[in-house]
Amino acid sequence: MLVLDRVGKTYPNGVRALDGISLAVAPGEIFVTIGGSGCGKSTMLRTISGLDPPTQGRVVLDGTIITAPHEQIGIVFQEPRLLPWLHVADNVGFGLEGYPKLERRMRVAGALDRVGLTDKARVWPRELSGGQAQRVAIARALVPRPQVLLLDEPFSALDAFTRADLQDHLLDLWADLKPTLVMVTHDVEEAIVLADRIMVLRAHPGRVYEEIACDLPRPRDRQSAAFDFVKRRVLAALDRSLDRGAPTVEEGETRAAAGGGLWW
Amino acid sequence: MTAGVEQAGVPQAASKAGAARVLRPALGLLLPIALAVLWEIAVRMGFSNGRLVPPPSVIWNTFADLAATGELQQHAFATIWRVAWGFLFGVLAGTILGAIAGYSALTYRLLDPTLQGLRAVPSIAWVPLFILWFGIFEASKIILIAVGVFFPVYLGVMGAVLSVDRKIVEVGRVFRLSGLAMVRRILLPAVMPAYVIALRAGLGLGWMFVLAAEFLGASTGLGFLLIDGQQLGKPAQIVAAIVAFAILGKASDWLIVLVSSPFLRWEDRFARA
Repeated sequence: MLVLDRVGKTYPNGVRALDGISLAVAPGEIFVTIGGSGCGKSTMLRTISGLDPPTQGRVVLDGTIITAPHEQIGIVFQEPRLLPWLHVADNVGFGLEGYPKLERRMRVAGALDRVGLTDKARVWPRELSGGQAQRVAIARALVPRPQVLLLDEPFSALDAFTRADLQDHLLDLWADLKPTLVMVTHDVEEAIVLADRIMVLRAHPGRVYEEIACDLPRPRDRQSAAFDFVKRRVLAALDRSLDRGAPTVEEGETRAAAGGGLWW
Repeated sequence: MTAGVEQAGVPQAASKAGAARVLRPALGLLLPIALAVLWEIAVRMGFSNGRLVPPPSVIWNTFADLAATGELQQHAFATIWRVAWGFLFGVLAGTILGAIAGYSALTYRLLDPTLQGLRAVPSIAWVPLFILWFGIFEASKIILIAVGVFFPVYLGVMGAVLSVDRKIVEVGRVFRLSGLAMVRRILLPAVMPAYVIALRAGLGLGWMFVLAAEFLGASTGLGFLLIDGQQLGKPAQIVAAIVAFAILGKASDWLIVLVSSPFLRWEDRFARA
């Protein structure tokens, strides 16, 4: 269980990026945070990763307080961040330095196979397309089998087709090992395709604005009415979080849906 | 479907690349050889007596004579020996101080202004002091060369360490690399391309400084050969020594490129076809 307990982050220059974020993410849950730019969603992810520990409150994973990068927490950044001097296979195996050679090779081969890049094992990162490179980055983060995988807008730099493809891919990989996924995105559709729970973050400072459960059956059909309904709900919450007012989903409609027991 | 086409194309492309590998350096020889031939013809035809600018044949003969008596080897070896030691010390000091100054902001603030101040001193200005301190023999020469090598290496390493991408370092942090592992697995490979360039710049200065050192009182070395040629009025010997410098400088630079190339194969270089 990953718990954030009143997590706040104030930068040395006095800027408060996060304020009193409390949440609990169950093992194997897919938790997606969404919000306008600059609302602190990346900061939240970085506090969980241990790269930038919180200045208030604490991040706890199974009783361990996280103040530095932890072996049970992997992260995929917005950019692939592959090491350009290592072949793809060595990039994937980067986190397995201490493992016996044979096991390392097996795991790397397995991971490359899972992301469909076996033929790229002996290739330099610069020779990969954007989508391929991000797949390698995901493989690299998953190969040490972390309990929690953090994803910081991992697909935002990709074209729409590749993005949809990688979302499906991510779900496949998730289904294998069922790690907890905590993802940050500004793409509402992406959030709904993936999430069990969506959290809308509000900026200045970053606070939990609203949590929306999302338990549509998988695989999720982007064209379905149910999908569209959740989408409108999230958009409305986002809108309100940005103080634009004008909710697009009427209260009555939401309540009726709740009564139908569809979403929570 | 495209795989077949690519495979068929490979051997042809490879042989073409092989031919290009031989021909491309040859292209660089075209200009000096043409000039040499023209000058040779000009002297043979009597347009010039070639006394102050000896024709290639005379230079070649001087070269051959010097080599036959063993003088050329002796002088070249003395110079190479000095450059090698000076380069070694300069690189060691430049690498260590450059890495520390790049890594730690405090050291940078402490060290860098002084070093930049020293860098502004024309290096020949050190010569009288070094001779007083270290005598007129090898030590002062080697130290002068080391000073020349030091600055480009120091600047190159420091700049390279400073410009290592924070995002790449973060990858190392995510995988919990300790200080030494971080240096070995992230920082070292990341600075490698800039380091090789710094080494090459340092070596170039090393060859410049060996000459300065040898001008100031040496009884061996290619620099001595130059001075000797001037004092005895033997322009062919001067040109022969210059040519020897050019060959040795180019060869040593090529050696660095050769040794470092396996470590830099990953670079996404601007390829000149």
